[in-house]
Amino acid sequence: MTTVTASRRAVLGGGGFALAFTVIARGGKAWAIGSPWPQSGDAAAAAADGHPAFAPNAFIRIDRSGPVRLVMPNIEMGQGAYTGQATIMAEELDIGLDQLIVEHSPPNEQLYAMPALKMQATGGSTTIRGGWEVFREAGAVARSMLVAAAGQAWNVDPATCTTDRGVVHHAASGRSSTYGALAQAAGRQPVPHHVTLKDPKDFKLIGKSWRRLDTAAKVDGSMAFGIDARAPGMMIAAVATCPVYGGRLKSVDESAARAIPGVKDVIRLADTVAVTGTHYWAAKSGLEALDIAWDLGANTDLSSDGLAKAMGEASKNGSAIVAREVGDLSHGGKTIEAIYQMPALAHAPMEPLNALVHVRPDACEIWLGTQVPTRVVDAAVKVTGLPADKIIVHNQYLGGGFGRRLEADSAEQAIALAKQVPYPLKMIWSREQDIRHDIPRPPYYDRISAVVDGDGYPLVWRDRVTSDSVGRRWAPVTLRKDGLDPDTVEGAEEPPYDLPNLKVEWVRHDMPGGRPVGWWRGVGPTHNLFKVESFIDELAHAAGKNPVAYRRALLKKNPRALGVLNLAAEKFGWGRPCPNRIGHGVALAAPFGSFICVMLETEVTAAGEIRMRRAVAAVDCGIVVNPNTVEAQVQGGLVFGWTGALYSQLTYENGAIQQSNFNDYRMMRINETPAIEVHVVPSAEHPGGIGEVGTAIAAPALGNAVFAATGVRIRKLPIDRALLIADKSVDNTALASVAPLAVIAGAALAVGAVGVATAARPAPSGDDR
Amino acid sequence: MGGVFDERAMFQLNINGESSTLDVPPDMPLLWVLRDVLALTGTKFGCGIAQCGACTVHLAGQAVRSCVLPVSAIGGRPVTTIEAVGQTATGKKVQQAWLDIEVVQCGYCQSGQVMAAAALLAHTPSPTDAQIDAAMSGNICRCGTYVRIREAIKLAATGQTTAEKPLPVAAPQVAA
Repeated sequence: MTTVTASRRAVLGGGGFALAFTVIARGGKAWAIGSPWPQSGDAAAAAADGHPAFAPNAFIRIDRSGPVRLVMPNIEMGQGAYTGQATIMAEELDIGLDQLIVEHSPPNEQLYAMPALKMQATGGSTTIRGGWEVFREAGAVARSMLVAAAGQAWNVDPATCTTDRGVVHHAASGRSSTYGALAQAAGRQPVPHHVTLKDPKDFKLIGKSWRRLDTAAKVDGSMAFGIDARAPGMMIAAVATCPVYGGRLKSVDESAARAIPGVKDVIRLADTVAVTGTHYWAAKSGLEALDIAWDLGANTDLSSDGLAKAMGEASKNGSAIVAREVGDLSHGGKTIEAIYQMPALAHAPMEPLNALVHVRPDACEIWLGTQVPTRVVDAAVKVTGLPADKIIVHNQYLGGGFGRRLEADSAEQAIALAKQVPYPLKMIWSREQDIRHDIPRPPYYDRISAVVDGDGYPLVWRDRVTSDSVGRRWAPVTLRKDGLDPDTVEGAEEPPYDLPNLKVEWVRHDMPGGRPVGWWRGVGPTHNLFKVESFIDELAHAAGKNPVAYRRALLKKNPRALGVLNLAAEKFGWGRPCPNRIGHGVALAAPFGSFICVMLETEVTAAGEIRMRRAVAAVDCGIVVNPNTVEAQVQGGLVFGWTGALYSQLTYENGAIQQSNFNDYRMMRINETPAIEVHVVPSAEHPGGIGEVGTAIAAPALGNAVFAATGVRIRKLPIDRALLIADKSVDNTALASVAPLAVIAGAALAVGAVGVATAARPAPSGDDR
Repeated sequence: MGGVFDERAMFQLNINGESSTLDVPPDMPLLWVLRDVLALTGTKFGCGIAQCGACTVHLAGQAVRSCVLPVSAIGGRPVTTIEAVGQTATGKKVQQAWLDIEVVQCGYCQSGQVMAAAALLAHTPSPTDAQIDAAMSGNICRCGTYVRIREAIKLAATGQTTAEKPLPVAAPQVAA
C-alpha cells in the first residue's frame, strides 16, 4: 500500500522526449499540471460535461445511473492509451472495465496536461509512465469520497467499508450502496487529505490482458475517426499546396472547375488552393480541373544530394555542442570509425489529415483527431481572431498519429479555408498532399568512432550527430541553455553499455529555407539506436567476438539490460549456425524508460532481396498494465521501424518532395512480415514507455542480421539492396524498380473485379500541379 | 473539359441489401458514394489509387477497391460493406476472430482488412499461409498488425489458435 497526500507531486524518471519538456510552458500563459485532486477548473469542466452528480477531479464523472465516465487526458491513436488509462483509474476506483465508458478530453491545459510533458499532448511514450500516479490517485480520491459518503449515511467508520465493482459494502451491517446512489453525497464530502493506493498484489485489472475498449467499434466500421465527422450543410474540400516549401499561389483559372457538377467554391490561401463540393469526388475533380500557376519561391535549389553533402561538410567543420562528456578521452590505440546516414521520413498515417471546421461569427467549431488539442485552439484563435473560449474542439479517434498529429498545420489550413465560407467545411488531404506536405522526420549524418583496447572493447567512444532540431520550432524551451536539442542525442548520449570515456556532440544543421521538421515515432532513439547498435555490432565483429557475448561483457553494471539480452538469447536460441545468406542479428537498448532486445533471423537472396523470417523480442517495461497491449505495441512498433529501414525516404529535387503515395513511399506488407514473438520480463519497477520501443530498435536488429547474412554493413537507410547482390550478373535496376507483389495484386483486384480495364482511373499525376 | 453539359446520371445500386437511386457522376468512385452520399463511413479512404486496401468492399462477393471502382461499372451487382458484412456467416466469424485475437490498433485500415479476410475465407475456407499472404498483401496496416491478422484468419478458418486471447469486456450499459 502506498499513501499519498494532496501536496505530493510525482517525479518522473526517464529522459529525452519526456525530460525535454520538464520546463515547458505555452507562450507564457498560466498553466498547471493536470492533477488527480480537485482543481479550480473542475466545476466548469464538469458542468460542460453534462453535470455529473459526482466529479471529484478532471477525470472521473459519476452519474446517478449508467456507467462511470472517464475523461482521457492522452489521446487514442492505436497505442491502447484509452484502455490503459481507464484500467489504471478503474483499478483504484474499484469498478470493472464493463462499468465505464471513456470520453475524449476537451482542450484544457490546466486540467489535462500530464506531468511527463507538462502540456496536453500525447507523445514520447509517456501516457502510462507519465500518468501512472495521476490516474491511480484520481481513482483513489473518487473512491475515498464515495466510501466517506457511505460511512456518513450509515453512521459507520468508512474504514470498515469495502468496495467492489462500483458498490460500497458494510459487511457488519449487511448494507451496500452503488456508486451512482452515493454520487450526490460523495460530492459533498470534504476532499481527503490523503488517499491509500492499492498494494499491487491486490490489483484486479492491472496486469491482465483485457480486451481494448475501442476494439469492437473498429471491427464493425462504427468507430468515429476525424474523417468520418459530419455536420448539417457540410461541404468537402480538396486542397493543393505549392510543391516547394515557401512558394506561393500565383494565379488560378477556375473556369473548368466551375463547370463540374457538385463543385461549390474555389478558395485561395497564400500557398494553397482548395475546391469545395458536395462530395469529395466533386472537390477532387474540381481541383484537378484547375489551371494553377505557382510562384515556386526561393527554395527550388534543394536536392537530396546537395543536402547530404552539406550535412557531411557540417559534420566535419561545423561547430559542435557537447551533449555529454565523461572520463578520459586521451587513450590511444586502434580506432574504428564509421559514418551513419538516415533520411527524411514521412509519417503516412492511414487516415489522411483532415478536419471539419465551422467558423461562425461568434464561435469556431472543429472536429478532428489530434495529439495536441490545445495547439489546435491556438491555431483557431490565430486564424479567426475569436477568443479561446469560443473555440470548440471535438477530438476524435485518430487513424494513426506517429507524430504527424503533433502538428496543427493542417488544422490551421482547414480553419483558414473554412473562415472564407459560411458552411461547415471538411478538408481532406489526398495521400499525395500528405506525403509531399508532411513535416518530416529530419535527416541525420552521424560520425561515430571508438578507440578499442587489446580485447577489442571500447576505451573511448565518440559520437557526433549532425541534424536539424525539431524542438527549436516545436518547443524552444526544451533546448538546453547552450542550444542543445536533447532529442538529437537521445539514445546516443548514454548507451546502456559500460563506456566510461565518452563524448557525444551535436552539430546543428538547419534544413534549407526554414523548412520545418517534426517528431516521428520513436523520436531521438529511432535515429540514434540504429547507429549505436550497428556500431557496437561493428566493434564486436572487429574484435572477432560473438555480438551477444560482446554486449554481455559491457553490461555488467546494467542488470535490466542484461536481463532482456539473456531472455531474448534463450527464447531465440542464439548461437545456432545459419546456412549461407541467412543471418542472425541482435539489437539492445533502453529507450523510453524500458529495456528491449530484439533478435532477428533474416535471409538475403542472391538478388539482394531481404526476407525476414523470425523475430524474438524481450522487453522489460516495468509494471505491465495490459500484457496484450505491450505485445501488440512491440510487434507493430517493429513493423513500423522495419518499414523505415526497408523502404522509407523522402527525397528532394528542385525543392520538391519526389514521393507521393504508397506506390513510391512504400509500406511493409503482410507477406513481408516475419513471425514476431514478444517475451515480457515480470517486473515491479515503475512503468516504462512501450509505444515506441519496437520502432526504435527495429532498424539495427535488421541491419545486424543483414550483416550476419551477407557481410555487408548497413550504414545508410533505407537499405540499398544493390549492396546485397551476391550474383552480380543480376540486374539490380530491375529489382529497384519492380513493384511488390502486393501492389500488383491490389491494382489487379480493383480493375479485374469490375471487368473493365479502362474503368480504373490512371494514378493521378498529383494535386500539386 | 470546359463543356457545361451535366454528365450525371441516375444509378440504381444494391448496397447491403438495400436499393438506392443515386444522382452522381458516372466516374465517381463507389468509395465516395458510400461515404459522402450514403453516410456509410465505415469504408475508409487511404490512398485513392488502389494501393492500400482501406476502401475494400465486396462486389458480388469479391473484394474490390472501392476508391477506383466507378459507380457506372457496378450495374446490378450487389455491394456489401463493413456495416453489413457481419450479417454473413463468414463475415461474422472474421469479426469475432478479430476480437478474439485483439487485432486492431488505430483501426483505420481494419474495415478493409476484415473485408479482404472475409472474401478470402468465403472462397478459400482453409487458406495456407501463402494464400493468406497473397489475399491480404494488398491491405496496408501502418500500425503493423500483420502478425495478428494472420493469426485471426487462421482462427476464423479453423476455430483454433495458440495465441492468448484477451479477456472479453462486456459493453457497459449506457445511461438512458
